[in-house]
Amino acid sequence: MPLLDVDKDKCIGCGNCVDACPFGALSLVDDMVVVNDKCTGCGACLLACPMHALNLPRERPKATGESLSSYSGVWVWVEQFNGKTCDISLEMLGQGRKLADRRKTALTACVLGHKVEHIAKDAISFGADRVFWIDDESVAVYRTAPYASALIHLVREYKPEIFLLGASSRGRDLAGSIASILYTGLTADCTGLDIDSESGLLLQTRPAFGGNIMATIICPNHRPQMATVRHRVFEMPVADPRRQGQVIAVKAALSPEQITTKVVDFILEKDEVNLADARVIVSGGHGVGGPAGFETLHKLADVLGGAVGSSRSAVDAGWISYAHQVGQTGRTVRPDLYIACGISGQIQHLAGMKTSRVIVAINTNPDAPIFTVANYGIVGDLFQVVPALTEQFKKKLHK
Amino acid sequence: MKIIVCIKQVPGITDVKINPETNTLIREGVSSIINPFDVYAIEEGLRLKDKFGGKVTVISLGPPQSIKALKEAVGMGADEAIQLSDRAFAGSDSWATSYTLALAIKKIGNFDIILCGKQAIDGDTGQVGPGLASQLGITQLTYVFKIIRLDPEAGAITVERLLEEGREIVEARLPVLLTVVKDINQPRQATLSHIRRASKLLIPTWTAADLPGADSSRLGLKGSPTQVIKIFSPPKREGALDLITADNIEQSAIILADKIIAEKIL
Repeated sequence: MPLLDVDKDKCIGCGNCVDACPFGALSLVDDMVVVNDKCTGCGACLLACPMHALNLPRERPKATGESLSSYSGVWVWVEQFNGKTCDISLEMLGQGRKLADRRKTALTACVLGHKVEHIAKDAISFGADRVFWIDDESVAVYRTAPYASALIHLVREYKPEIFLLGASSRGRDLAGSIASILYTGLTADCTGLDIDSESGLLLQTRPAFGGNIMATIICPNHRPQMATVRHRVFEMPVADPRRQGQVIAVKAALSPEQITTKVVDFILEKDEVNLADARVIVSGGHGVGGPAGFETLHKLADVLGGAVGSSRSAVDAGWISYAHQVGQTGRTVRPDLYIACGISGQIQHLAGMKTSRVIVAINTNPDAPIFTVANYGIVGDLFQVVPALTEQFKKKLHK
Repeated sequence: MKIIVCIKQVPGITDVKINPETNTLIREGVSSIINPFDVYAIEEGLRLKDKFGGKVTVISLGPPQSIKALKEAVGMGADEAIQLSDRAFAGSDSWATSYTLALAIKKIGNFDIILCGKQAIDGDTGQVGPGLASQLGITQLTYVFKIIRLDPEAGAITVERLLEEGREIVEARLPVLLTVVKDINQPRQATLSHIRRASKLLIPTWTAADLPGADSSRLGLKGSPTQVIKIFSPPKREGALDLITADNIEQSAIILADKIIAEKIL
């Protein structure tokens, strides 16, 4: 089956798709587009065609055997760290509730940890109807094997239709493992989830090619439909402590002897490094000039209660650690406020932050690309602007 | 030490520009690179070999031209390379990719460590590493940015992983699959002698028929549980740039602070 269909009646041989293909898979022969072996079916050309002559073929063999209709319900894995629920899981409980309502089904939370009964109760306040609660020392700290085994057992027994996990480091580690064993589809790093009104399928939308194109993906013939979801995409739901639900205690799937990994230490970074959950990020680039320059940014981040980010060049220069790096080879972030200081805004950096809610750019070069995505900008020296801004926020926010 | 490194050839994004009118990718010429994270995986494999001896085998699933990526890896110093290429593999999602790589690795046989980049920069899924480890039934350690200790005799490894809240130190038993982040090392340049070797080296191409036990219904597009149904441009950022130009920095800072506070996001 070809990966790309060309409607020869519609193709006018304009060549737009040839330029748009990231893989060099298209060429024009006799004024008609021809697809070669390099095609990966990524779909980047579809948008470029003015005639809608290109399509990704949809028909595929239907799954046989187990009936898909025996799967129902929406599940969310509730991630915890040191006994505290991760924000991303609460965001997913909120979205999971909406999806479950649309499918007229129940929302189930899976809580794994040690002494985490409070998290199971929280999950109900935040929207779950039922909680599978595995409380055991062997799952106190996240490790792939005991978590994946436990969840695979539960999925096989209770057959959820949809299973959502956060696209955190742990969530991506876990989801990839579970989907692989279950032979089901997994769409990573979704920024949109909806239910198709006709088929009832989960519509999973995610960015690709550094956010230059968006793709909507379905999993028609395998269950559960699995997705990991990016931080801060969905609204944080409001807890309702009066909500009622069922908490079902489940035993761990693996005995301690069956687990071959051991977490021996955790070096906790200050909150200013946790870019994924940060509402405010003050980020520095080449213009910061050196490690000492980041002190100026830290002061502004402190006043705003935010994290400190950086561009790749500042990390490569050794001015700040990799954990702070935003962009294609660092982290993708979506804070409410992103203040880019002395960052020119190369495409790789923009890929990691351009979906932030409000972007502020401070740069000496008025032509820097960062200004093309910014809501507010000041052309000026960050070493003058940032301290002045810090002072103003201190005054205005009464700090 | 037997080390296997999985690499992917991706479009070099530095060549990619966005057409501001159609908001689609424009590429002048087409260059392909080894996925940047995989270059760190190759380097880490070579460092382990430098320290403990052994062999580094690089494998890549992709279209015929992905041979170039494998040659580059040999140019850096990898001992052998295997290409997985077949029309039957085309259109693989992360599940089918993991499945195919697992079949190839089972055919290669014994190994101590598999190295992968944490994710590829075109798809950005980060799912193939964990998927592959599960298919092989071995331990996975993702987002590794330091191998603290490796004792091949005892079959023990200790690594540091980079997570949102900080760094986690984990001990595991070999064999393991590691996915690595950028900070783990500084990749070496290819050397002339290795490049010469790469140019002469005959890299085998394995097709579906070369993979024992391959279930053709689980390969390529047909075997991929996920299906792309729509491609579209990302929504444009709303609103134009409000460039603040006051008489002095102090004034600009006052105006900017007020505007940010008015956004009600703090």
